[in-house]
Amino acid sequence: MLILDNIPALLVAIPLLASAVVSLIPSARIAWGIAFVTTLICLYMAFELVGIISSTQALSYAFGGWEPPWGIVFVLDSANVYLVLLVAFVSVIATLYAYTMLAREIAVEDLPKAYAVWLLAIASLFGLAMTGDAFNLFVFLEISALSSITLIALGAGQDRRALLAAYNYLIIGAIGATFYVIGVGYLYAATGSLNLIDITDRLNELGTNQAAITGLAFMLAGIMVKAGVFPVHIWLPAAYSYAPSAVSSLLAAVATKVAIYYFARLLFGIFIDITQLVDFFLLYILMPVSVLAIFYGTIAAIYQSDFKRLFALSSIAQIGYITFAFSLNSHSGILAGFIHIINHALIKGALFMAVGIFALGIGSRATMSSMQGVGRQMPITFAGFVLAGLALIGVPLTAGFISKLYLFKAIFETGNGFYVALIALSSVLSVLYLWKIFEVMWLKEPVQPQKIDKEPASAYLPVWLMVTVIMTFGVYSGDVISSGIGAANALIGAR
Amino acid sequence: MSDLQLLLAISLVMPLLSALAVLVFSNQKNIRDICGPVGGLIAFTSAIFIASAIMDGKTVSITLWQIAPGIDLSFAVTPLGALFGLVASGLWILASIYTVGYMRGAKEKNQTRFAFYYAVAIHAAMAISYSGNLMMLFIFYEVLTFSTYPLVAHSQTKEARNAGRLYMGILVATSLLLFLPAIFWVWTVSGTLEFTKGGILPADFPPFLVSVMLAMFAFGIGKAALMPIHRWLPAAMVAPTPVSALLHAVAVVKAGVFSVLTITVYIFGIDFLNTTGSAVWLAWLAAFTILASSIIAITKDDLKARLAYSTISQLSYIVLGAALATAAATEGAALHIVMHATAKITLFFCAGAIYVNAHIKKISELDGLGPKLPLIFIAFFLASLSIIGIPPMGGSWSKFLLMAGSVDAGMPLMLAVLAISSLLNVYYLLEPCARAFFKPAIKEVHVENHILTIIPPVVTAMISLFLFFTIDWVRPLTTLMVMP
Repeated sequence: MLILDNIPALLVAIPLLASAVVSLIPSARIAWGIAFVTTLICLYMAFELVGIISSTQALSYAFGGWEPPWGIVFVLDSANVYLVLLVAFVSVIATLYAYTMLAREIAVEDLPKAYAVWLLAIASLFGLAMTGDAFNLFVFLEISALSSITLIALGAGQDRRALLAAYNYLIIGAIGATFYVIGVGYLYAATGSLNLIDITDRLNELGTNQAAITGLAFMLAGIMVKAGVFPVHIWLPAAYSYAPSAVSSLLAAVATKVAIYYFARLLFGIFIDITQLVDFFLLYILMPVSVLAIFYGTIAAIYQSDFKRLFALSSIAQIGYITFAFSLNSHSGILAGFIHIINHALIKGALFMAVGIFALGIGSRATMSSMQGVGRQMPITFAGFVLAGLALIGVPLTAGFISKLYLFKAIFETGNGFYVALIALSSVLSVLYLWKIFEVMWLKEPVQPQKIDKEPASAYLPVWLMVTVIMTFGVYSGDVISSGIGAANALIGAR
Repeated sequence: MSDLQLLLAISLVMPLLSALAVLVFSNQKNIRDICGPVGGLIAFTSAIFIASAIMDGKTVSITLWQIAPGIDLSFAVTPLGALFGLVASGLWILASIYTVGYMRGAKEKNQTRFAFYYAVAIHAAMAISYSGNLMMLFIFYEVLTFSTYPLVAHSQTKEARNAGRLYMGILVATSLLLFLPAIFWVWTVSGTLEFTKGGILPADFPPFLVSVMLAMFAFGIGKAALMPIHRWLPAAMVAPTPVSALLHAVAVVKAGVFSVLTITVYIFGIDFLNTTGSAVWLAWLAAFTILASSIIAITKDDLKARLAYSTISQLSYIVLGAALATAAATEGAALHIVMHATAKITLFFCAGAIYVNAHIKKISELDGLGPKLPLIFIAFFLASLSIIGIPPMGGSWSKFLLMAGSVDAGMPLMLAVLAISSLLNVYYLLEPCARAFFKPAIKEVHVENHILTIIPPVVTAMISLFLFFTIDWVRPLTTLMVMP
């Protein structure tokens, strides 16, 4: 069938086209309607893809009939198909959430254009997740960066600092992209190819090659910026805290995750021949950096009083857990990392959404002082928020627990008690900031009888949809675990 | 669903239903306050049927579903669990009656909230006793911590809040830092967390790592109050006395030592521990805790504080029994859960009754009070004898088995530890009674008589006495526990 055969291309093409259409529409409602339907179609196609991959294992889609290694190719296997599904799912929920939230945070006349950029960002995320071409990835990286920056800057209506945050992201993101493209250049010089699979084959023939190694180093550095890996995460906290809530929840949930996936693919899937160097990088660079990220993010979050910034800092720590799992350089490690990519995307998305609703309710930023007793005044959102918070700590029966279970399994398999101690300590520390929030929002009396807007059902419904999935994955983890196993098998082979 | 499964479900759900009923009837005080005793009675009856089925060699389990490979959401009753289930539900009946008398007598505020969390805590304790695997046990261990926090901080004074924070801080931090990682470790090496007779660790697991894992459990389970993780228990004494009685003498602390014992019996396996000798250090640490906290208890003039340190000491009897890892010692430890629970709840009931009826908290002010509150002090005396281990009180059986177990384990020095501990018990537990009966009253004390605070300690003291003669009613469970 024509449509089924072309799903990989359509996943990018449909939101791209819809984006162009939406930008011409004057009505915010219709614009939203088109955006929402588009994301639903993408979700349907993502499910189709999962079905295809579970029967055929891998799929390579060559654009315009130009066979690889000459043409651009989208590659789907069990490492990225669930990521595509994740992006599609989160886009649906975030778009649903945007209906109420974006309209209240930015000017009405800007809304259709905002949805156009929104769809552009989603299209680029699909592209990033699927492309098998190093240079094509750079193109999507740029689309993603520019659309994200625009969306972040839209927060200026609420808080002018959004402009500075967007500008910072622009500069730092551009530096990252430059690093990446320089790396691609080196690699092209060494191998004469841009197709990632082809590059792997040619590198195997070439043996150790200085230019290729340099290229890899540059590419990894560039991707780390985009993924928000410590210490090149500096654009992230401000960007997530000043963007409109809908944008924060979309970006925090999936934007960094797609970059992390590609980071893992580069590390484990492409550079098989220079294993020693990758091993060195994992053990002596990525692991210490991840541990620093975990402790920096967690401790900074404990002392942070602005909620959105607090959760952005917590994201730094959580990304640290994912890269830490990768740095263990084992099947279980990659498995744990991929499970946490999915779970953390859902959890952080839900948390950012809930914080947005709180902030809207009191009409100012959500901070430790402005949020006193708000949990009691907005109980439905708060209940969802608490469940997502429990999942973030890794409480049993939530999705976060499954992440923790597999992360510890991977660590125990290394037999290193020091790692166990570090990760256990950090998980205790993460309880502190969530307890602080709970104490402020639930145990303290509201400051004064302030007027609180009622929580809009259209805003808390998406939160609860996310929370439902989080709780479901906590008690029914089979599919998430097998997706992680699939990813690990695809990247470093079945063990 | 078979009849036994139904009974298991009832005994687990009953406390929760009772908690909900408390909320529903929050405006009708008398109906609200009957919810606890009724729920307790039903749960206890079910627990008796379950225990007798276990004694007949039947198995009772409910498996809901699997959350991850090797980790089920399931309840399965072990002989030890059946025993603890009896203790928790049986004493809940009396404690909830006592609570009514105490809370009304002391005119405490927020009685509905109190009764609600009280029932939730019992639910957690029942679920801990009937947990089928380590994961379930951990989940309800945490539920127990969180549900008792509002009870500890009940009075909402600064002191109570700080105590609550210390309580939560120590218990949650140790469980996340050590207990949970240890569970992950067991799962990684065994692929399962199911409680299995003889343990689940692979036979070639290095003895040194066994010691490390055991330490993670022993210190991670802060509720067992092994030194130096014991500070939370005296702090928790700011709570109203019914909390100290049921939770900090029975449900919470016994859940801690029950977990330690369950882990040594069903995760490590006592033969495994015994042959590797990995638990010897724990026996010594328990011995140290027994003596050190007894000595601290002597210095305390506040009755509840003294009882708290006495509890810390007695809990380590059970840890000692688990660490000695012989059949007799673990049996003694299991029976000590029962014996100490009944005796210590009596002592706390008495302490609370003395406070409610005579408004006295300090031991030095008890002089001459005996003739005015005779039943309370007789109950106190009997319970003290049980803890000291003098026949004809139930406590003598468990102490006897622990002593036999120390000899079996080739650690006769533990006999001396237990003997010295008994002497210290005599000194600090009999002092309150001696003062009350033999010293002349210093000042005139106005004494009230809240009957609901007096009957429960008398009943539990009688149970303590009764258990000496009816040890054969519960012994089959502990025998089953250690049978190969």
